[in-house]
Amino acid sequence: MTAPPSPDDGLSPAELAAKYGLSVSGARPGLFEYVRQLWGRRHFILAFSQAKLTAQYSQAKLGQLWQVATPLLNALVYFLIFGLILKADRGMEREVYIPFLVTGVFVFTFTQSSVMAGVRAISGNLGLVRALHFPRASLPISFSLQQLQQLLFSMIVLFVVAVGFGSYPRLSWLLIPPVLALQFLFNTGLALIMARLGSKTPDLAQLMPFVMRTWMYASGVMFSIPVMLKEHPAWIADILQWNPAAIYMDLMRFALIDGYGSENLPPHVWAVAAGWAVLVAAGGFVYFWKAEERYGRG
Amino acid sequence: MADDKSADRAHIPTVIADELHIVYRVNGAKTGKGSATSALSRIIRRGEERGVRKVHAVRGVSFTAYRGEAIGLIGSNGSGKSTLLRAIAGLLPAEKGKVYTDGQPSLLGVNAALMNDLTGERNVILGGLAMGMSREQIKARYQDIVDFSGINEKGDFITLPMRTYSSGMAARLRFSIAAAKDHDVLMIDEALATGDRKFQKRSEARIRELRKEAGTVFLVSHNNKSIRDTCDRVLWLERGELRMDGPTDEVIKEYEKFTGK
Repeated sequence: MTAPPSPDDGLSPAELAAKYGLSVSGARPGLFEYVRQLWGRRHFILAFSQAKLTAQYSQAKLGQLWQVATPLLNALVYFLIFGLILKADRGMEREVYIPFLVTGVFVFTFTQSSVMAGVRAISGNLGLVRALHFPRASLPISFSLQQLQQLLFSMIVLFVVAVGFGSYPRLSWLLIPPVLALQFLFNTGLALIMARLGSKTPDLAQLMPFVMRTWMYASGVMFSIPVMLKEHPAWIADILQWNPAAIYMDLMRFALIDGYGSENLPPHVWAVAAGWAVLVAAGGFVYFWKAEERYGRG
Repeated sequence: MADDKSADRAHIPTVIADELHIVYRVNGAKTGKGSATSALSRIIRRGEERGVRKVHAVRGVSFTAYRGEAIGLIGSNGSGKSTLLRAIAGLLPAEKGKVYTDGQPSLLGVNAALMNDLTGERNVILGGLAMGMSREQIKARYQDIVDFSGINEKGDFITLPMRTYSSGMAARLRFSIAAAKDHDVLMIDEALATGDRKFQKRSEARIRELRKEAGTVFLVSHNNKSIRDTCDRVLWLERGELRMDGPTDEVIKEYEKFTGK
């Protein structure tokens, strides 16, 4: 046959591999090695997220203008329904309620779309996973990075709305970047968890919209939780207010809107915001990494 | 033949497959009633098979590849050739058995990373990054890639979205991007047959170059001539099993007898 007789005859494949220092193909690297590989792919992660973002509107005549027009139309619809028709403002002045509502919608959409993109990050890109080698966490991270960039476009609209309703730039606007950073960490962790779940059970893509909508109504996107639940036991409002989506929305409103003071925030709000971010990001990363070698299987 | 090579080259194994089994799981393709109620009852029963059908694509393949070898993979459609390549590259998890490799084997191909809505220019960069090249490496090779693809021979096409390309042009650009990187263990899946005659010649020359730089080459092809031209050893797969493993001439002769040529 092909190989001439050699001293290696009679060795088992595993012994032969050990003798020549071959490693198992497709084995999961250690956690630190994994982080290092991921860091090596940072340019790919960024380029992939930007490519996805650009590709979204490349066939439209208005092109990238839709990045801003879509959130603007969204804000208009919510204003029309909840501001003008349903009058859900309950005890809030119009100058506060409209930015309150629009901030809530944008901030929640950021988490919502990260989760939805996360579910399909692996299962929707099996071709890529089966063709090329890269740490698979690149995909969910890249998708939540895409959502972050999408949100930055929405922030332009948000600033216009805030100024339009009398909240002018002030010192507290400096709190916006740290809030965004914490929420991004939280979203990425969530996207990693959903990516692993979605790779095993693609059906989650059908189920998640309902879960997310429930979460949205429970987080006080269109109304203030303490005002709405005044007649109920206080612990219900507490739990709802401490859920991460509500925390990030409230912090963003507090930073952005003039008439939305710290009395609307639950106690220890920054610690809770940071806690959720670190817990979910670290937990999600490890959880995703644990199944790294199994993602190619359909 | 391997015997002609210097002894030190022939003795160093680069890829070892040990009783490798690969199984695909396909959702929603189970035979029998496809109604919603039967799907629900399958989910509730939570058995081993929950509406999942298994396809056993590779069944217990073992072989050892050595440095400097060019190995052809032949077999009829659906015999598990491409699956075997992906398993060697570590892209498909093994059901049973193991693959040991020296370094990171790579498949020649970036199709999945490219996006039709982006310009050729951005796809070159995206594809390069997806293969693990650095931004500097891509910048250095960018002009070579574009020139090699010949995309710009008929006007400035590289700045247009890839969806505007003809299928031949797109295939040429994809090959050019994929072939821009050097590999330790290189695997080519019928990549030779893209583009027009002129481009085919150019890509064959590029593959010979890549072969020289790579430690070991695997080539999947249905073209027995290109296997004869490039490979000195052939693995013949049929129904996921290794039917024959030996020098090119012997195996191809048997294969041709089998296919009735």
